[in-house]
Amino acid sequence: MNAIKEFFNFFADPRVFFLLTTGAFVFAVWRRDLFVKPSVGYGLQIFLALFFGLGLLDENFRLIIGKPDNVPIVGLIFLLLFFTWYSMRQAVLNDQRIAKGEPVEEKVEEDRVWVWPDLVYVELICLVLCSVALIVWSIVLKAPLEQPANAAATPNPSKAPWYFLGLQEMLVYFDPWLAGVVLPSLIIVGLMAIPYIDTNPKGNGYYTFKERKAEITIFLFGFVVLWSSLIVLGTFLRGPNWNFFGPFEYWDIHKLEALTNVNLSEYIWLRGLGVGMPSHWLIRELPGILIVLFYVFGLPVVFARTVFKRYYEKLGPTRFYVTAFLFLSMLSLPVKMLARWLFNLKYVVAIGELFFNI
Amino acid sequence: MADTKTVAPKEGALERSWNWLTETQIWKSVFRHNAPITDRNRVLVVLSNVFLHLHPVRLRKSGVRLRYTWCMGGLSFFLFLTLTFTGVLLMFYYRPTLEYAYTDIVGLREHVPLGIMREMHRWGAHAMVITVWLHMFRVFMTGSYKPPREFNWNVGVIMLVLTLLLSFTGYLLPWDQLAIWAITVGSNMARATPFLGYEGPGASLLALGDVQLIHAADDARFALLGGTFVGEGALLRFYVLHCVGLPLAIAVLMAVHFWRVRKDGGISGPL
Ligand code: HEM
Repeated sequence: MNAIKEFFNFFADPRVFFLLTTGAFVFAVWRRDLFVKPSVGYGLQIFLALFFGLGLLDENFRLIIGKPDNVPIVGLIFLLLFFTWYSMRQAVLNDQRIAKGEPVEEKVEEDRVWVWPDLVYVELICLVLCSVALIVWSIVLKAPLEQPANAAATPNPSKAPWYFLGLQEMLVYFDPWLAGVVLPSLIIVGLMAIPYIDTNPKGNGYYTFKERKAEITIFLFGFVVLWSSLIVLGTFLRGPNWNFFGPFEYWDIHKLEALTNVNLSEYIWLRGLGVGMPSHWLIRELPGILIVLFYVFGLPVVFARTVFKRYYEKLGPTRFYVTAFLFLSMLSLPVKMLARWLFNLKYVVAIGELFFNI
Repeated sequence: MADTKTVAPKEGALERSWNWLTETQIWKSVFRHNAPITDRNRVLVVLSNVFLHLHPVRLRKSGVRLRYTWCMGGLSFFLFLTLTFTGVLLMFYYRPTLEYAYTDIVGLREHVPLGIMREMHRWGAHAMVITVWLHMFRVFMTGSYKPPREFNWNVGVIMLVLTLLLSFTGYLLPWDQLAIWAITVGSNMARATPFLGYEGPGASLLALGDVQLIHAADDARFALLGGTFVGEGALLRFYVLHCVGLPLAIAVLMAVHFWRVRKDGGISGPL
């Protein structure tokens, strides 16, 4: 039993957890013919149900899962997995139809039906089921209420509401101005830009993967792997001092984690050149600044000339550069994560004087 | 068995009273058509009812399918209505001041027999965040944001943000440890807003001579909290936004959203 728990605790380590999620995602997209099999879909749900069901036998697991505000996230895991599987399944089935030269399923069901009764009944049934579910949930689970607010007693850990925990998790890798302000704004802007930068006319109004490979892969990566899995990580696997704890691990306040993160400037001036830190911040941070400038302004141009030339020609300069900028902003998180895990890199640019750290 | 001869239509008491009822002036003033069992009346029932009028009269079969829409937009709307209803009931009991906020919630818990309004409101709010996400997910996967629905997708994104803000502002109101610290952690981010937060990059550049323009008592976080920490001002601000400002904004946008679903040609489908 303990061996099994240790096993899962190991997989819950942020690095393993994130790489595993990404791996699973790549597999699900790449071998989607396997992923969308009913046996896989139901199998995953049953595995999750068993995991949570049996996990509840463990006291530490019960403590974290049983927190009233965490219950919705358990539901979210099931729902998200189900709907990812389901929409991919619809897409693959339609792709098979297209390959055979048949019309997609939505095309077959093109003829019109009456709103009354055909639609209002569906709505009524959904509404009744939803009300029943909500009422039962409300009777079974009491809303939490802790000690009265006390500005002097900071709980450890202090967590934001669960839907912002992905952002709080980003604070491990970025400073608040990026993790809390700039990147969230870019998420909103990016979402709003989607209809204007995606010029592919196909796949409008039906499920398909083949006709929209890049769009769907990027969106799923952002929504499922980055946003949702970081919420799960932040909710269940982060304990006191924002240290990582496995799902079956006791939340020990005194757990120590070695913090040996190093700035890029130290790597270059101290360890690389061995000349000591330049006194002016501009010179000190010049290498980092150049890297960031290249990432934001240079890389898109390189892309446009080389690997993504085809997209550049299809989208035109404005759309291409906006897309590249948004895409690179999204990728900055996994890039920084990898840099942290591989090189203990703290900041690429560290101008503490101006609160400007990247 | 042998009695099945009596086939002549016989009006029961129920049927007679039904016929009488539907002939009264009161009934006729409310419903301007007969039961929607003929095509004509199915049109009329949708056209003459302001709520049903959110729908078109007919729509494509695939649009009715749960398989296609997952009913997530509809559920988001329904949850919003539930939250409005339970929220109004909660407002009768709750006063947004340091003195009463917490004790009013305790009162709701301890003294209202069988009370589940707070539970319904809280779990409904969590559920709405999830249904809105899944709705967006569905809209993406069916490519329904493509022309002519680009604008409605944008209305949707703003409503997604408003949904999160509604949830966030509501989180503070119970005024317990969970509440103030979650909001403290969340709103601390505003301190780091570039230029406008006093610990944000560039803020120190905004100065008139020696006078710093951006400091703890006038930066972005201060505007959000009405103070330098989560206190009385923040509670009032969040309460007003949560109960009045944000619901009004999202309700208006929902009207636009539904209207546009219809004007953009109804639920999307292959051309
Ligand atoms: C407060 C939240 C929202 C409510 C109450 C809502 C409600 C609805 C409803 C009832 C529909 C009809 C079809 C369906 O049920 O799927 C719909 C369609 C649509 N929604 Fe939303 N929505 C919300 C948020 C969003 C968000 C966050 C997005 C996107 C980012 C979005 C984009 C759209 C689009 C593009 C359509 C047209 C879909 C089609 O024609 O297939 N909505 N919405």
